[in-house]
Amino acid sequence: MPGASDLANNVADSVPAQTGPEGTKRDFLFIATGAALAVGTAALAWPFVASMAPDAETVAAGAPLEVDLTPIQEGQIITVFWRGKLIFVRNRTDKEVKDSEAVQLSDLIDPAPDSARVKEGHAKWLVVYGNCTHLGCVPIGHSGQYDGWSCPCHGSVFDSAGRVRRGPAPTNLPIPPYAFTSDTKIRIGDEGAGKAVA
Amino acid sequence: MSGHANTYVPKSRLAKWFESRLPLVGLMHSSFVSFPVPRNLNYFWTFGAILIMMLGLQIVTGVWLAMHYDPSADKAFNSVEHIMRDVNYGWLLRYAHANGASMFFVAVYIHIFRNLYYGSYKAPREVLYILGVIIYLLMMATAFLGYTLPWGQMSYWGATVITNILAAIPVVGDTIQSLLWGGYSVGSPTLNRFFSLHYLLPFMIAGVVVLHVWALHVVGQNNPTGIPIKSGKDAVAFTPYATVKDVFAAVVFMLFFAYWIFYQPGYLGHADNYIPANPAVTPAHIVPEWYFLPFYAILRAVPDKLGGVILMFGAVLILAFAPWLDTSRVRSSNYRPIYRQFFWLFVIVCVVLGWLGAKPPEGGYVIASQICTFYYFAHFLIVMPLVGLFETPTALPGSILESVTGPGKQIESGSGMPVGAAAAPSSKG
Ligand code: HEM
Ligand code: FES
Repeated sequence: MPGASDLANNVADSVPAQTGPEGTKRDFLFIATGAALAVGTAALAWPFVASMAPDAETVAAGAPLEVDLTPIQEGQIITVFWRGKLIFVRNRTDKEVKDSEAVQLSDLIDPAPDSARVKEGHAKWLVVYGNCTHLGCVPIGHSGQYDGWSCPCHGSVFDSAGRVRRGPAPTNLPIPPYAFTSDTKIRIGDEGAGKAVA
Repeated sequence: MSGHANTYVPKSRLAKWFESRLPLVGLMHSSFVSFPVPRNLNYFWTFGAILIMMLGLQIVTGVWLAMHYDPSADKAFNSVEHIMRDVNYGWLLRYAHANGASMFFVAVYIHIFRNLYYGSYKAPREVLYILGVIIYLLMMATAFLGYTLPWGQMSYWGATVITNILAAIPVVGDTIQSLLWGGYSVGSPTLNRFFSLHYLLPFMIAGVVVLHVWALHVVGQNNPTGIPIKSGKDAVAFTPYATVKDVFAAVVFMLFFAYWIFYQPGYLGHADNYIPANPAVTPAHIVPEWYFLPFYAILRAVPDKLGGVILMFGAVLILAFAPWLDTSRVRSSNYRPIYRQFFWLFVIVCVVLGWLGAKPPEGGYVIASQICTFYYFAHFLIVMPLVGLFETPTALPGSILESVTGPGKQIESGSGMPVGAAAAPSSKG
C-alpha cells in the first residue's frame, strides 16, 4: 500500500513544469501571497507587542510631583518617587558646590559643567534620578571619594553633581524634568511654566 | 528515529488498529526499549534522564505553587510567606521548587562538561548539541524569571540589574527594556508578565527536549571512547540496561536533592530575599544565584557597560560554536593527552570565575576575573583549534567492546544487540 508521502510525490510529478506566461502568473501569485502574509503577520503581531508597553494607567501616574525643599537640611539627600522612578533631591553644602564647580571638564567621563547640572540661581539644589546608569542599583549617598555617591553593585562612583567619576557606569545620573515654582518648592515632571511632560 | 530495526510488533487487534493509524507505541519502543546503547557508558550518561526528571518535578511543583501564588507587587511577597506558613505542605512545594532549580543546574553543568570532555558536540551530533545549548539558555531565562517572583530585595534588584543589562543592546535596548518593564522601572506590570513567562518557558523547554531526544536517537549516543558502535556486540538494549541504570542514578540524585530540601533549604538562596522589595534601597551585596556567578564575574570583569554585556552573552553563545572550533579528529579526551589538561584547566577557571562572581568588584578580584575571562574565551578560540592540530592522540581501541574486555578477547554471546542496529548513523558526517 503506498504511503501518503508516495502519493504526494506522484501528485507533484504529474504537474508539468510551467513555462511562459503561466510561469510569470504563478510567480506573481507567490509574491503577492507572500507579501500579504508578511504584512498580515506584522499587523497581527503589533497589538501583542504594543500591549506590553507602559499602559495608560502607568503613564497617568506620571502627574507632576511637588516637593517642598524647606525641611531638607544642608548636606541632606532625600528620595522621592515620580513615575515609579527613584529621584534624589540633595541640598549641597557650599564646599560641595565649590569643589564641583572647580572640576576640570577633561577629568570627567561624561563631561558636563556643574552649572549644567542645576537650575540657574539654585546651585545648592541637585535633583537627579537615583538609579546608577550602569545597571540600575541605588548608589549610596555621601560615599566615594568625591563626596557624592558610590554604587554598591559594581563600584561606580559619582560626585556631588551626580557626574560619574569612575566606571563601569557610562553616563552621569540623568536629571528629571523639573522646575522651581518658588525658592523653596520644585515641581518634578514639569519642565517650565505649567508644561507637563508625558 | 530511522536506521534501527523497530522490533515492536502489535499483537492484539486493538494494538494493530491503533499502530496502523499512529505508530506511537512503536516509536516509544524503538526509542526507549530496543534503542541500542553503547555498552561502555559510565554514570555521566545518566544525567540526561536526571534532567528530564528535574524538568518534570519543576513543572509539577511550579503548577502547584501557582495555585497559591499571587503575582501582584503588593501581594507577591506575602503570598509566598502564605505558602510557607499556611498552605499544607506549602513549605515542601516551595523548597522543592527553589532547590529544584539549583539541582537542575547541578545536573545540567555535569551534563555539559561531560559533552565537552568526551567530545560529544562533534560531528554528527552538532544539532543535538546546539539544541542542548538552546535548552540551557531557556533554563537560564526561566530561573531568572522565577527568582523575581517572591518579590524580595534580591528578586527586585536582580530583575533591575538584568533588565538594565538588556538596555545596553544598541538601538533596540531601551525599547526592549520598556516592553519588559511595562512602566518606567521594575514594578507590578513587570512582575505580572514575568510570572506569565515563567509559566510558559518550561513548556517550551519540554518542546526543545523532544527535539533533543529525537536528534539523539537519529545519531546515537556518544560513549567514553568516542568511537561509534561498529557491531551489535558494542551495544546493549536501552531496556533494561540503560533504564535501570538511569533509574538508579535518579534515585541517588533524589537523595542528594532531598538533603538540600530537608537539611539546608535556605543555603543556596539569599537572606536578603526575605526582605520585601524596596525600590529605594539596594542590598549592600547583590549577587545572583550561584549558577549565574561565572557569567556575572565576566560581566564585571569589563569596565565598560556594553563590552561587559557582549562578553557575558558571548560566554554562553560561544558554546554553540564548539563543534567547529575543535579541530581534533578524536572525540574523547581520554585519548587526547594535551587537550585533557586544558579541559581540566577550563573546569578550574569556570569554578574560579564562579567564586569571583560572589566577591566584591574591587582590586585583585577584578584583575583575577579579567585573567579568567581571557582564559575562558581563549579555551574556545585558541586552545580548541590549535591543540587539535598539533596534538598526537593516543591509540584508540579497535571497538567499544574491546575497550571493555581488552584487545582480542571475545565476549560470550548473550547481551549484545542484533548486528547493524544504529551503527550507521553515528559514523555519518
Ligand atoms: C524549568 C523549570 C523551572 C525552573 C528552573 C524554575 C525556577 C524557579 C525559581 C528559581 C524560583 C524562585 C524560588 C524562590 O526563591 O522562592 C521559582 C519560583 C516560582 N515558580 Fe518556577 N521554575 C520552573 C518551572 C515552573 C513552572 C512550570 C511553574 C508553573 C506555574 C512555576 C511556578 C513558580 C511559582 C508560582 C514561583 C513563585 C513561588 C516561589 O517563589 O517559591 N515554575 N521558579
Ligand atoms: S549598577 Fe551601579 S555600578 Fe553597576
